[in-house]
Amino acid sequence: MAGTTERGRDLQPGRAAATLSSVLPLVIGIAAAYVLHTYVKPRLDPFYAKVLLDIGINVILAVSLSLVNGFTGQFSIGHAGFMAVGGYTAATITYYGSHRLWGNAQFHGGFLSWTQANDLFEGTWLGGGDLLFPLACLAGGLVAAGMGYVVGLPSLRLRGDYLAIVTLGFGEIVRVIIQRTDDVLYDAEEIQQAGLWTCVTHVGGALGFTGLPFYTSLFWTWLFVAITLIVAYRLKESTHGRAFLSIREDEIAAEAMGIVTTSYKVRAFVLSAFFAGVAGSLFAHQVGTTLNPRELGFQKSFDIVIMVVLGGMGSISGSVLAAVVLTVLPEVLRTFSEYRMIVYALLLILMMILRPQGLLGLRELWDAWASRRRPKATGAG
Amino acid sequence: MSALLDVDNISLAFGGLKAVADFRLALQTGDLAGLIGPNGAGKTTVFNLLTGVYQPQAGQIRLENRVLNRLRPCQIAAAGVARTFQNIRLFGDLSVLDNVRIACHLRCRHGLTSAVLRTCRHHGEERAITERAFELLTIFNLANRAFETARNLPYGDQRRLEIARALATSPKVLLLDEPAAGMNPQEKRELRELIRSLRDRFGLTLLLIEHDMGVVMDICERITVLDHGLTIAIGTPGEIQKNPKVIEAYLGTPGELAPGEVV
Repeated sequence: MAGTTERGRDLQPGRAAATLSSVLPLVIGIAAAYVLHTYVKPRLDPFYAKVLLDIGINVILAVSLSLVNGFTGQFSIGHAGFMAVGGYTAATITYYGSHRLWGNAQFHGGFLSWTQANDLFEGTWLGGGDLLFPLACLAGGLVAAGMGYVVGLPSLRLRGDYLAIVTLGFGEIVRVIIQRTDDVLYDAEEIQQAGLWTCVTHVGGALGFTGLPFYTSLFWTWLFVAITLIVAYRLKESTHGRAFLSIREDEIAAEAMGIVTTSYKVRAFVLSAFFAGVAGSLFAHQVGTTLNPRELGFQKSFDIVIMVVLGGMGSISGSVLAAVVLTVLPEVLRTFSEYRMIVYALLLILMMILRPQGLLGLRELWDAWASRRRPKATGAG
Repeated sequence: MSALLDVDNISLAFGGLKAVADFRLALQTGDLAGLIGPNGAGKTTVFNLLTGVYQPQAGQIRLENRVLNRLRPCQIAAAGVARTFQNIRLFGDLSVLDNVRIACHLRCRHGLTSAVLRTCRHHGEERAITERAFELLTIFNLANRAFETARNLPYGDQRRLEIARALATSPKVLLLDEPAAGMNPQEKRELRELIRSLRDRFGLTLLLIEHDMGVVMDICERITVLDHGLTIAIGTPGEIQKNPKVIEAYLGTPGELAPGEVV
C-alpha cells in the first residue's frame, strides 16, 4: 500500500479550484461583516447593535476555548487571562501608538471602525486607525499565543483537575500583575518621551485602562468571528483536528497510534490563546466598557467555560449557539431585574440535568445533512 | 542474519516485583509468533515495554538495528511498531472511519497551516487518507459501518477495528493483545484466517498474546511462554504442548495437591 503522501499527490485538485475554495469563505465572511456594519447596524437600535457586538466577542471566546476544552479534552479555566493579555497588549499599542503617530489617543479610524461614540468621524473611508487597530488585535493575539505556549507546557504533565488549577492560577496571576501596574500617562509630551517599558507598565492598574479610542465596530468583530470559525471548522475537518480529538478520546491510544500528544496539546493552547487575545483586543476597544482587570477575572473565565460545556464539548456550532443564547439570555431576563441571575442559574442547572452532553453534544448543526457531506469511498485500489 | 525485531534481555521491576526478567525475542520479517502464559505472567508488560509505555531497566530493543529504548510511544509507532490493547481503547465517541483516519495521521506530511489554508496538498492527502481508511475497513468488513460511532459496534467488530486502526499506521511489526478475547467460535475462526491473510498481504510480522489455545496453537509458528516474568519455554506449538515446565505453569505440579484433595 503506497504512502498517503504519494497517493495524495495524484488526488490533488486543480490549483485554481483549490485556491477559490480556500479563499471564498473568508471573502464571504468579510462581505457579511461589511453588510452587517453598513446596512444592518444603522437600522438597529444602538442597544441591539451592542448585543450583536457582545455576541461576536463571546462567539470568538467560546469557539477558541472549545479548541482546548472541547477538542483536546484539556480543562482550562483561565481563558480570561489570555483575553486580558491580548486586550492590554492591543490597548497599549493603540493608546501609546496613537500618541506617537498622531500626538493624541483619539479616534483616527475611518468608516470601518466607526461607532456612535466617535463624533470625530471625518468621513474618510479608511483612516490610519483602521490599520493600527487590526494590527494591534493581531499583536494582542500573538502575545496571548506566547502565553498559551507557556501555559500549555504544564498540560504535558498535568491532567484534569490539576491542569484546571494551573490555568486558574495563570488567570489570577495575570489579573494581579495588571492591578499592580501604574496609572495611564495622559500628558502628551510625557508619552512622547516614554520608552517601551514605561508604556507597558503604565496601563492603569486596578482603575482600568481609560482613554482608549473606540475602534471595535461590528465590522472588525464579525470579521474576526469569521476567521475564528473558518480556522476552527477547517481544523476539525482535517487530520490535525482529528489528532486533537484523539487526545480527548484516549490519550494512551492516541500516543500509540503515533500522535505526538505533547505537541498537539501545546498547539491547542497556542491557537486557543491567540483567538482569546484577539477577542480581548476587541473587548478593550468597545464603547462603554473600560478595560479593567476586575472584568477579566475568573468570573469571566467561568462564563466562557459554561458556554463551551453548554454548547457541547467539541462542537463548534454548539459553542456558537451557546455563546449567542448566553449573551442574549441575561438581556432578555432583565425584566426580572434582581432575580435574573437566579433564573439564569436555574436554567443552567436544568440544562445540565436534562442534557448533560450539552446542546449539541459532539455533533454539529450541519450533521443533520451529514449523509450528503460524508466522504465517499473512492474506488479503492 | 539479524532479526527485524530484536529484543535483547530486557528487564523491568516495579519496586521489588520483577515484572519481566531477561526477556528475549527475535522476530524475522513475516514471523507469526505467540506470547502466552498464565494471568499476571507479564505478557502485557512486555507489550508495554516494546511500545515505549514503560522503559526497560536493562537490555535493549532493536528494530532493524535501530535502538528503540527511551523512545516515546509515538516515536515507536513512527518507527513501525503498532499495537492493539487488551481492554479495547478505541476513540469511542468518534466514527469508525475517523478511528482509522487518525492512525493515518502518522504518515501524513502536510502541516497545520496547510490544513487551515486548505492547500492542494491538504486536499490530496485528506483524500488519500480517506481512501486508505476505506481500503482497510473493507478488508475488515467494516466499510458499511464507517459512519457509526465506534462505541456502538459489537464487541467483535470493536476488536477488529482496533486491528484495522493499528494497521493504518503502516507498521512493520504488529502486536496484538488478546485479539480473540470475547469473540464467539465463528468470529475466532474468521480471526485466524484474517491474521494469516494480513501477514501475507502486508508482509507483516506479528506477535500476539492470546489465551485461546486453539487460536495460538493453530496460527503461531513460534511461541514464547512467560511465567512470573521469566521465559520458561520457547518453541513450536508442538514442543510447547509437551513441555513439562509449561504444563506445570498452567496446571501446577502434581505434588502441590495433597492426595485426595478436591479442587
